[in-house]
Amino acid sequence: MVLTVVEGRVLKYGDNINTDVIYPGKYLVFTQPEKMAEHAMEGLDPEFPRKIRDYGLVVAGKNFGCGSSREHAPQSLKYAGCKCVLAESFARIFFRNAINIGLPIIECKGIHSKTDEGDRLQIDMEKGIIKNLTKNEVLNFKPFPDFLLKIFRSGGLISYLNLKSKTT
Amino acid sequence: MGEVKLSGKGLPVTKKILAKASGKEYVESGEFVEAKVGMVMVNDLTGPLALDAFEKLKEKKVWDKNRIVIVLDHQIPADSVHSAELHKRLRRFAAEYGIKNFYDVGRGGICHQVMVEKGHVKPGVVVVGADSHTCTYGALGAFATGIGSTDAAAVFSTGSLWFKVPEVMRINVEGNLKPYVFPKDLILHVVGLIGEDGAIYMGLEFTGSTIKKMGVEGRLTLCNMVVEAGAKTGIIEPDEKTIEYLKGRVKESFTPVYSDQDAKYEEELSLNVEDLEPQVACPHSVSNVKPVDEVGDVEIDQAFIGSCTNGRIEDLRVAAKILEGRKVKDGVRLIVIPASQEIYLQALKEGLFEVFVRAGAYIGPATCGPCLGGHFGLLADGEVCISSTNRNFVGRMGSPKSKVYLASPATVAASALTGKITNPKKFM
Repeated sequence: MVLTVVEGRVLKYGDNINTDVIYPGKYLVFTQPEKMAEHAMEGLDPEFPRKIRDYGLVVAGKNFGCGSSREHAPQSLKYAGCKCVLAESFARIFFRNAINIGLPIIECKGIHSKTDEGDRLQIDMEKGIIKNLTKNEVLNFKPFPDFLLKIFRSGGLISYLNLKSKTT
Repeated sequence: MGEVKLSGKGLPVTKKILAKASGKEYVESGEFVEAKVGMVMVNDLTGPLALDAFEKLKEKKVWDKNRIVIVLDHQIPADSVHSAELHKRLRRFAAEYGIKNFYDVGRGGICHQVMVEKGHVKPGVVVVGADSHTCTYGALGAFATGIGSTDAAAVFSTGSLWFKVPEVMRINVEGNLKPYVFPKDLILHVVGLIGEDGAIYMGLEFTGSTIKKMGVEGRLTLCNMVVEAGAKTGIIEPDEKTIEYLKGRVKESFTPVYSDQDAKYEEELSLNVEDLEPQVACPHSVSNVKPVDEVGDVEIDQAFIGSCTNGRIEDLRVAAKILEGRKVKDGVRLIVIPASQEIYLQALKEGLFEVFVRAGAYIGPATCGPCLGGHFGLLADGEVCISSTNRNFVGRMGSPKSKVYLASPATVAASALTGKITNPKKFM
């Protein structure tokens, strides 16, 4: 089971953050978690792996994760210590990949303009509530539909399939 | 050709294929479905992560060894011990599970070209691949979309996958393209118009007289780049050109699927391309598109013709026509890479390589190569490349301080001759 309430501080990025900057092509030959973690967001912010361990949350604008289907991108964020990515919108393959590997991901309109770097957020994935503890504000988002919640609660697609094969 | 168009349910082809694959008569936008997959593909960079996920499954059985395709293409031949290890792992997996559709170094080429030319894609089915440019195959009337590695592992095991039914945008294109304007220019124009998130989560369907007249190779280029506008799929209804292309390639029978005559689209875009000029996507976004004559004076260091977008035989023919009897400008390096071994052989037979070599170009073996800044042809700080590929993100082809401009193979060839971004019109 994964945590459905996540808390952390915000590292903030812009629109159209693509997978080439999240995880540059030259590192695609690495599949070890610790190697992937070292290069997370390297194309945009080489300090990211150090910072995310303290902060935990990424807030971005629209179309986060656009570009390549490389699962190294969400994996590198996860392994670097990112607990949740919140954005105005996501590119669809990145969205699938994050759900499938159990990286919490939230699409929330207004999140980018209403959040500043360093804000402390508490997120309830199932209820669809984001509390900005720094600003004392609340934002709502549409929680995952049941279908995705099942995969998410299992911890990802592989665990979901394993659980399913046990019950059938 | 099989199916009657009018079913009265108002479904575009994209949704109809998804409905059929999910055992349903009708699907709605936004609905989640579990669809049967006709074919799944992984490559040498996404495949190893798929194997990592596959190995975590309790039951390590593949659903159908004949419906899994593995292509080594991104880092071939192995440029480091790391990539050699990845290749070795995939080779072993293919041998262990009896996967015949395994394309090793020298046997295939770029995965998307291999998928279509080896007959792994047929109209009317769902095809998935762990590579974002899997959408290319919509050009043959398939529902084709990019997935992740964990997704691919799930398909290896179950033969099906979850999908959210996309909204569909119809893009109707009318008019004749000028002789020096190509499908690449059209798709760059479209991405420029709708933006890099303009079709996020959506399916695009291309219709109209321009598409009807366009050959299969051009259609592949068109559908290849729909993901650059965020789209899930791009599709063109099969016609006699599609069937002709599939002849001798696809061995199994198939039933083409067409949009209902009363198909409903969430969005529609109408274009007339009579006056379209060659287009260029400027750094660092594929939607930063301008007509070539408005790009200004941009000197280049490297020019690249190749990739799943524009490394096909017609692309090489056009480039050769421009380069014949001319020399690449001093100080510029031109790299030409056929998208597959089949195209390599064809170009060789047609004498295109002689033209390229005499012009001063470097010819590489079939691989993704410089497109993703992987194993060769990278750019240094401050360098500028004009490329027939599909992405110009920061650092895509090497240094984060380099710049990539995207254009048709004709514009790339013309630019290689002059040393700056150039309208191919003057050479054609």
